[in-house]
Amino acid sequence: MATSAAQRFGRRLASSVPRRRFSSSAAAAAAAATGGSAVQRTQNPSLNLCSAINQALHIALDTDPRSYVFGEDVSFGGVFRCTVGLADRFGKGRVFNTPLCEQGIVGFGIGLAAMGNRAVAEIQFADYIFPAFDQIVNEAAKFRYRSGNQFNCGGLTIRAPYGAVGHGGHYHSQSPEAFFCHVPGIKVVIPRSPSQAKGLLLSCIRDPNPIVFFEPKWLYRLAVEEVPEHDYTLPLSEAEVIREGTDITMVGWGAQLSVMEEACLDAENDGISCELIDLKTLLPWDKETVEASVRKTGRLLISHEAPVTGGFGAEISASIVERCFLRLQAPVARICGLDTPFPLVFEPFYLPTKNKILDAIKSTVNY
Amino acid sequence: MALSRAASSPSRAALLKPLAAAISSSLFRRSISTDTTPITVETSVPFTAHRCEAPSRTVETTAEELVGFFRTMALMRRAEIAADSLYKAKLIRGFCHLYDGQEAVAIGMEAAITKKDCIITAYRDHCIYLGRGGTLLDVFAELMGRQAGCSKGKGGSMHFYKKDAGFYGGHGIVGAQIPLGIGLAFAQKYKKDESVSFALYGDGAANQGQLFEALNMAALWDLPAILVCENNHYGMGTAEWRAAKSPAYYKRGDYVPGLKVDGMDALAVKQACKFAKEHALKNGPIILEMDTYRYHGHSMSDPGSTYRTRDEISGVRQERDPIERIRKLVLSLDLATEKELKDIEKEVRKEVDDAIAQAKESPMPDPSELFTNVYVKGYGVESFGADRKEVRAVLP
Ligand SMILES: Cc1ncc(C[n+]2csc(CCOP(=O)(O)OP(=O)(O)O)c2C)c(N)n1
Ligand SMILES: [Mg+2]
Repeated sequence: MATSAAQRFGRRLASSVPRRRFSSSAAAAAAAATGGSAVQRTQNPSLNLCSAINQALHIALDTDPRSYVFGEDVSFGGVFRCTVGLADRFGKGRVFNTPLCEQGIVGFGIGLAAMGNRAVAEIQFADYIFPAFDQIVNEAAKFRYRSGNQFNCGGLTIRAPYGAVGHGGHYHSQSPEAFFCHVPGIKVVIPRSPSQAKGLLLSCIRDPNPIVFFEPKWLYRLAVEEVPEHDYTLPLSEAEVIREGTDITMVGWGAQLSVMEEACLDAENDGISCELIDLKTLLPWDKETVEASVRKTGRLLISHEAPVTGGFGAEISASIVERCFLRLQAPVARICGLDTPFPLVFEPFYLPTKNKILDAIKSTVNY
Repeated sequence: MALSRAASSPSRAALLKPLAAAISSSLFRRSISTDTTPITVETSVPFTAHRCEAPSRTVETTAEELVGFFRTMALMRRAEIAADSLYKAKLIRGFCHLYDGQEAVAIGMEAAITKKDCIITAYRDHCIYLGRGGTLLDVFAELMGRQAGCSKGKGGSMHFYKKDAGFYGGHGIVGAQIPLGIGLAFAQKYKKDESVSFALYGDGAANQGQLFEALNMAALWDLPAILVCENNHYGMGTAEWRAAKSPAYYKRGDYVPGLKVDGMDALAVKQACKFAKEHALKNGPIILEMDTYRYHGHSMSDPGSTYRTRDEISGVRQERDPIERIRKLVLSLDLATEKELKDIEKEVRKEVDDAIAQAKESPMPDPSELFTNVYVKGYGVESFGADRKEVRAVLP
């Protein structure tokens, strides 16, 4: 393996690894943007995921005068400090607090976007996106279709921190991505690391479709890596093989990838070679990359924090079985959250931990 | 009534013994535990009314009630301070929102209603629960996620419930509890037992659309619902005026009458809630805006000092503190001595410490509890723990 976990995730390694490079696709984008060669040697500052998001928002506001950032407490920096400094720099007219009213926030954003603006709305926690569910599903997603392309809200990007943090309990931990993956007309994007977050968020903001962008809040401070300073975007609906292997394909997104990566390392010690894919965009997703990998390995494991039943893993599993039925050597494994509410006291039992994944890798490979 | 019940608990009886002795020896003319002679007190400020006639500022109370108020509020205050320490010691996990500063709302409301009346609130629920007659052990065990907690350790700070006392609990999604409260009131109207529902929400929550949907339904169907806006002037870091075009929350029901109340004055709260209950049974919904203040930050991750000045906080403490108000009243009416009140504070401190010690003894829920109560029956889920050899729960 050429790159270490630190290079792909920059997670928990801020002090132990003196010099890190950014993840490969961001590096390529950086190189492309500067017209340089594929291997770029310039030293970029190390940023955590929160700062990378902040930088992306700075660039978005700076490069497009029609862009706006708003949400609960965002002009003060937001509860996670992702929007710090934006109001000072761009003014209260473009970066502003909204009242506590998610349905209103998203509906407002749709209207703002419909007038040709880039509306970046923050929902404080993904757990609180549900009051806005109707606006996203019925208004945002179908605006273009039902108006025969006269109107759209493509400039709308909804940012929301999602996922477990260790002790968040019922309403500060959920991963609601699958609900939104059932809605043609919106895109769903989840980054795994700081440099990915910056490039993907900028893509989302500039993409002409409404997008729900879930940020892995566990990694806001934990994930640190070099992030190119300039304006770059990363392609949507393109998955990335972040670790090559031959025995089993593993698909995940967001914070779960670093748990999967640890399981890959353990499996390697047992002589199992795992290929790890970051899906990045869940809707519409890159079936080809996953299919090509499964054709090579003959096995598939999917892991996400959301409950297993009706999770996005089910969709991936069904599609790959359709495409690779004769090539599969074992049933597709799904190592996911349990079918319970996100618990307060039993988080480790609920979560798809490394050992659960490792178990499943072994039983799939030895099927 | 919860408060007098709390006030006449065994520990209180023990506390009062030395006082009784002191009284007989020094020729004092009263027994602070039992004196129920009516006393009348003016509320701090007049009520401001919207589409209704404000109740009188003159509130009837008794020595027993006032000392009971003091005791219960001191206990709530102490419990919240203790929760703060337990959180910092990482014995409480998850999100934790404290109520200190707002105690008068909880106790004033209880003093005007019965356990047949329902209360539903958001996540700032510890003291509402205590007001409904919950014990300190229930509280601390739940905070620490233990079996003895009021939600079996499965809810935590934001999810306290007490069915036998009509407490429909703590809710995590801002504003979501308000229409639920209206549903409770509808059911009560059918019961014809003269009970009402109190739906509590914050000034931040007052900007959620659900409030207005709930108000309309309640008014349309003349439901015995009282919408209590606990206006502590901040929703997280946002001052009320930054988020609300009209921070006159008692008027925001438009066609629904409302009353603005000094929520730091337990007697004013009591008077308002009594008035509101009568109103709601006769005429349908009413809004009570309680002008109150939270001393702590929004939750444990908020120091509470970035969006407001320290002077503002200390000013409220000095001039409007709900416990100090009752202390002054009790002293000025000569219903107890300073020492007696200090002793009460010492006593509740010990009660809190004892409850914490006891709560720590309570075990964590059994891992199989992860799968119970999702549905009426488990439906065959299977799981294994972080170390896959350790825990295996297979349920029917
Ligand atoms: C729908 C929803 N959005 C956001 C949040 C996050 N949140 C929790 S409490 C809170 C502020 C609420 O303020 P207020 O209603 O005034 O109540 P207070 O905390 O002051 O008691 C916010 C924004 C939430 N829990 N639910
Ligand atoms: Mg408030």
